[in-house]
Amino acid sequence: MNEDFKKYALELAEKNKRNYGNRGVDETRNLIIETNVSMNSEGSAKVTLGKTIVVAGVKMEIGTPYSDRPNEGTLICSGELTPIADDLFEPGKPGEEAIELSRVVDRGIRESGSIDFEKLCIVPKEKVWNVLVDFYIWNNDGNLIDACGIAAIAALKVARMPKLDAENKIVSGEWSDQKVPFLKIPIPTTFFKIGDKIFVDADKEEQAVSEARLTVTSSNDKINALQKGGVGAFNIKEIEECLAKSFKIKDKILDVINKVN
Amino acid sequence: MTAKKTEEKKTESRKSYKATGRIDKRKATEMRPMEMSIGFLPNCAGSARVKVGNTIAIAGVYGPKKARPKHEELKDKLLLRCYYDLVSFSVPDRARPGPSRRSTELGMVIKSALERSIFTEFYPRSMVEVFIEVVQADAGSRCASIIAASLALADAGIEMRDLMPAVACGKIDDLVCVDLTKAEEDYHEGEGPTDIPIAYLPNQDEITLLQLDGKISKEELAQAIKMGIVACKEIHKQMKQTIRSKYEKR
Repeated sequence: MNEDFKKYALELAEKNKRNYGNRGVDETRNLIIETNVSMNSEGSAKVTLGKTIVVAGVKMEIGTPYSDRPNEGTLICSGELTPIADDLFEPGKPGEEAIELSRVVDRGIRESGSIDFEKLCIVPKEKVWNVLVDFYIWNNDGNLIDACGIAAIAALKVARMPKLDAENKIVSGEWSDQKVPFLKIPIPTTFFKIGDKIFVDADKEEQAVSEARLTVTSSNDKINALQKGGVGAFNIKEIEECLAKSFKIKDKILDVINKVN
Repeated sequence: MTAKKTEEKKTESRKSYKATGRIDKRKATEMRPMEMSIGFLPNCAGSARVKVGNTIAIAGVYGPKKARPKHEELKDKLLLRCYYDLVSFSVPDRARPGPSRRSTELGMVIKSALERSIFTEFYPRSMVEVFIEVVQADAGSRCASIIAASLALADAGIEMRDLMPAVACGKIDDLVCVDLTKAEEDYHEGEGPTDIPIAYLPNQDEITLLQLDGKISKEELAQAIKMGIVACKEIHKQMKQTIRSKYEKR
């Protein structure tokens, strides 16, 4: 069954066509971003990428800094493969796949310098802001890394700082007029290898027959994070192809994110 | 002595909740505005989104399918599973992602309530899973969840006795009312808040979920539940219309 679909997908790819929709091998699905979908969060966003739906939200807490970075706030991204999204997702603790997803999104944001951590210091060595970005999958139709990465960034982009009282404690349910200090927009683009062809933004069926994937996260003209997944492999030519395409796709996604506020 | 006097004066001069009226100016029997929609999650057999005031819950249903694990299957009826999950950023102070004691209990009471509405004997050896995500919480999340879950079950075509509405009735200080908000649950003047979530099957005239926390007299409790049932019948109309409009559009 899977082998049949793989053959079919590759035949279509020869004609630069895909299984569903009128898109070519290098084209992404329709991307819609809605922001402020949950009023108690500092910022939130819902991303619809084709039939994949994810929701991300930002909460800020006060914590102690790491001893080697006494003047910097911290970031924790965590995602769940919510069982509502897919018959194959099980309730319970996050598995390997969910943890990889969280860490790839986390690295993209962290390494790009997207958040100005020094501005998240309240009292050096004592009190800093912890930025907690959580994402939930509502419907899985493949390419969750890109959908979650975009949702996380959109939620951060609109996030407001909570209000502090005179003793530097959070005033629950109130926000200051400042936004979370946000500098750059890292964008993940994932490539899926089926046979010797490279597919952009695979849906669930394509993802199921792909042997390898490569996620390229970049901001401005720099690459900030890479993650190769799957049992297959890429050669250097294929990697160069992915990198080149990544920058083109990134600009398209950036156009949508730039409209978010 | 003087301190005591001023305190007495304060209690005298304090207006009761009935006298001041509700925080959001609603009548005692008036619910918050509700929005309902179904069928927006393509992978699910059925799905629903329900907004009650500022509380938003979504529900997705998978099945009927083979019961798993095998040893838990029921020979003569459906195995219903229900999971309630509070999204970490749905509340002012972030909730830890993943299951908690609260979510486990709520999943269980919601399951028991929903099971009463389903013809479980029609689905031997099968399983239906209901997943609920509370996206935004402003009190009444379990009631919004039940409404969403019931709509999602209907959307999935599961055979049911009736759609099941739910509402939190209760008492704030001296005022018996329905559909409490978070601000009302936090109103601690006078006798404070009493929260009574109920779910109701209109065509069976049965209460399928009943919980209470607070302090209330027998008489007031009976009054609150009656008020809750009237509200449930109103919600039921909107639920029916939501299901109907999906097919009228076609």
